[in-house]
Amino acid sequence: MLLLFFLFTGFVPQLLANTSTGEASLQEAWKALTDKSYSKKEKAITLIARQNTADAYPVMKAMLDGKLYFSTRDKTLFVLKEQDGNYAFTPLFAGQAVTQESKRGFKKVKINNRLRTRLRQALALLQLQHEDKKLRLAAVQELLKNPDSKAANLIRDVVEKETDTEIRTAMHTLLAVIQLESPNENEQREAIKKLADSLNPSALNALTAYQPPNTALKKLANAAIQKINDRRDNYARAETIFFGLSLGSVLALAAIGLAITFGVMGVINMAHGELIMIGAYTTYVIQLLMPEHIGISVIVAIPAAFIVSGLVGMAIELTVIRHLYGRPLETLLATFGVSLVLQQTVRSIFSPLNRSVETPQWMSGAFQINEVLALTWNRFYIIIFCLAVFVALILVMKKTLLGLQVRAVSQNRLMARAMGVRSKWVDALTFGLGSGIAGMAGVALSLLTNVGPNLGQSYIIDSFMVVVFGGVGNLWGTLVAGMSLGVINKVLEPWAGAVLAKILVLVFIILFIQKRPTGLFPQRGRAAED
Amino acid sequence: MFMLDLLRNDKPGSWMLATLLVVSIAVPVLNLLVPEGSIFHLSTYTVTLLGKYLTYALLALAADLVWGYLGILSLGHGAFFALGGYAMGMYLMRQIGERGVYGDPLLPDFMVFLNWQELPWFWHGFDQFWFAALMVLLVPGLLAYVFGYLAFRSRVTGVYLSIITQAMTYALMLAFFRNEMGFGGNNGLTDFKDLLGFDLRADSTRIGLFLASTAALAIAYLGTRYIVSSRLGLASVAIRDAESRTRFIGYRVENIKLWMFVFSAMLAGVAGALYVPQVGIINPGEFSPLNSIELIIWVAIGGRGTLYGAVIGALLVNYAKTYFTAALPEIWLFALGGLFILVTLYLPKGIVGLRRMREARA
Repeated sequence: MLLLFFLFTGFVPQLLANTSTGEASLQEAWKALTDKSYSKKEKAITLIARQNTADAYPVMKAMLDGKLYFSTRDKTLFVLKEQDGNYAFTPLFAGQAVTQESKRGFKKVKINNRLRTRLRQALALLQLQHEDKKLRLAAVQELLKNPDSKAANLIRDVVEKETDTEIRTAMHTLLAVIQLESPNENEQREAIKKLADSLNPSALNALTAYQPPNTALKKLANAAIQKINDRRDNYARAETIFFGLSLGSVLALAAIGLAITFGVMGVINMAHGELIMIGAYTTYVIQLLMPEHIGISVIVAIPAAFIVSGLVGMAIELTVIRHLYGRPLETLLATFGVSLVLQQTVRSIFSPLNRSVETPQWMSGAFQINEVLALTWNRFYIIIFCLAVFVALILVMKKTLLGLQVRAVSQNRLMARAMGVRSKWVDALTFGLGSGIAGMAGVALSLLTNVGPNLGQSYIIDSFMVVVFGGVGNLWGTLVAGMSLGVINKVLEPWAGAVLAKILVLVFIILFIQKRPTGLFPQRGRAAED
Repeated sequence: MFMLDLLRNDKPGSWMLATLLVVSIAVPVLNLLVPEGSIFHLSTYTVTLLGKYLTYALLALAADLVWGYLGILSLGHGAFFALGGYAMGMYLMRQIGERGVYGDPLLPDFMVFLNWQELPWFWHGFDQFWFAALMVLLVPGLLAYVFGYLAFRSRVTGVYLSIITQAMTYALMLAFFRNEMGFGGNNGLTDFKDLLGFDLRADSTRIGLFLASTAALAIAYLGTRYIVSSRLGLASVAIRDAESRTRFIGYRVENIKLWMFVFSAMLAGVAGALYVPQVGIINPGEFSPLNSIELIIWVAIGGRGTLYGAVIGALLVNYAKTYFTAALPEIWLFALGGLFILVTLYLPKGIVGLRRMREARA
């Protein structure tokens, strides 16, 4: 009872001040931990927590984890650490560290459930003032799970000192949750208003569990719940769109290369997927070559994959496609043959098993926007990467001599040749460019899925769909189509499931092509006519 | 009389039919009458393998009808084949009855396994052979009709058509992989016991299925030969070579394309229906786009636009596949890929084209 009184009223100001009397009683408390009586231990814990010395946090943590021991000889405290089957006892205060094979000579500081709860609370309170930001946040969140008025008193004191806005918001939510339990109706009204602005799940839980004493408050509470749910829905929608955009980026990346070979050159390259696969395997090989620098390896892999896939693509153009211009269906079959050969080649070199590429450190983790919305970095980087590739490609096509010549050849081959463009050379380079971009898409894909010989096959149909949907020969169309298909897919997924969503998208595109055979953004002008 | 007229100008076709006739007599004799130890004995395994090749030949014939004579490169003919196969598979599933692992008189094993209480509506009627046989024709035909109606009316042609047919079979594959569809999901339909009361494992049933495949191929060949020599066939060749001109002359291009496409899909369905009892399983893998492209290469290798070329191509490539996948599995994809490239680059008229080229030179 006395303790409770203490907690409620007086002790907070003293919390950080170690008076001399406190010093003495603290020594007593440390000793009391070795006592057999649980109630004495509980008192000791409360005292230690109140004093908040540097030792308090690690010792209580050790106690909670069952790692706190005392020597049976002189009852001094030790912390146990198990090392390779040996037991290392580190003294808490003065004394000799002991390492031995058994626990002989030491006894565990036993705790019961009541003490365990007490310890957790005490730890949470201590954590609230810890230097580490993560620990402080975790403490507030722990308290939010089981808010009580004791916590409120403590928080009320530290909230003003808190510098981090995220933790402050959580603390305010906690205070409001506790305020909601107050018997005073005005207090409750205040609390509801505050909670309505919080996105923390505990705020919603508190409001749902809340028993309003009159209809006015009930209305207010319902409105608050409505508001929270609306905001959460909005963030969920934003998350879906983000997922959709990242999926769309993958699709667009895989399709942009195809947009060049198919759209600009009119070549149906069924081996496009295999060029993506080659890019992915290039990433894998580069990681094997530089296992010490995983973080850099991905960056190195981007130009490497561009060059490897680009060269393979040029080889395909020079040996096969060159002889088939103007016969699109035959090109389709021949390049399909190429794709089988490439697949089997990779299977023979790397075995048919899937390989995995390690995600570098800087790409893992998430960007926490608020309590509901977190965006993972790797998806974020893929969107950026897709846009960067796209911009670079647009610049190449619009600003360089190669781009000019490519456009000239695709619009009127004979005229371009008459003007001195070496059309065969341009063909090979264009195909190399498209293939190289496929290789870069492979780098991105290798970070998302396993790298295997069938990697390309699963993307070839999607890529064609994107190009056809966007309008053949239109790079912007490819980007828009990829992004919108990605978003549509992710929007459908929650209620249809991943597979059915994909089927629906395919059916949608099939129907769309019936309606607009030339895609979203058809090519205009003479080039469009057959 | 009519048949002779049809074959008068089709020497290779006549030879092919004659060979089919000889084979259909020789195979049962060698399998059933020649004792097992003799070197002339044909194992039942080989008979079934031959029967499987013949259904592939029928499928290739169907693809050649639309590709060779109409210019539609369908990369989704495997879907029609698989649908025909599923229709037959459903009949065979219902025939199992109480002999399944779970012994349910009505529900096939996989439904019991999924804890389903009653038969889905689309499984009704498949206990009757005539109904299943009708569905073998109707389901692929209907899909081809709807798909073709939409595509041809909006004048989707060439590469675009090829790509959306591929998307169609891909979408169907994904759909049939789903357990909720009610077609056995990943595992498909299997464990068949008997067909029209005949035990599927018996040698005589295998011979019967082989003969049925031979007959189906022969009849389909005559039927398609009749179509391509008729006015309809001439009009479709005109569409293949100059679609707009044919339209301006006054032919209803969409209708001709549509009916040829539907007929071809039905042939593919029949091929699938004959295929399933011989191999004993049908699963969503049959819908995979790879299968559909592979069958196009049979036609291309044999020689497109000749009908008999498609049959020859299917038999040759599949024999090679059986041989290579057993003897040199590593080589098979290289060989198939190489075939694709070499045939399109150097043999645009296929194997039968070689003979024609020699004739032209002489």
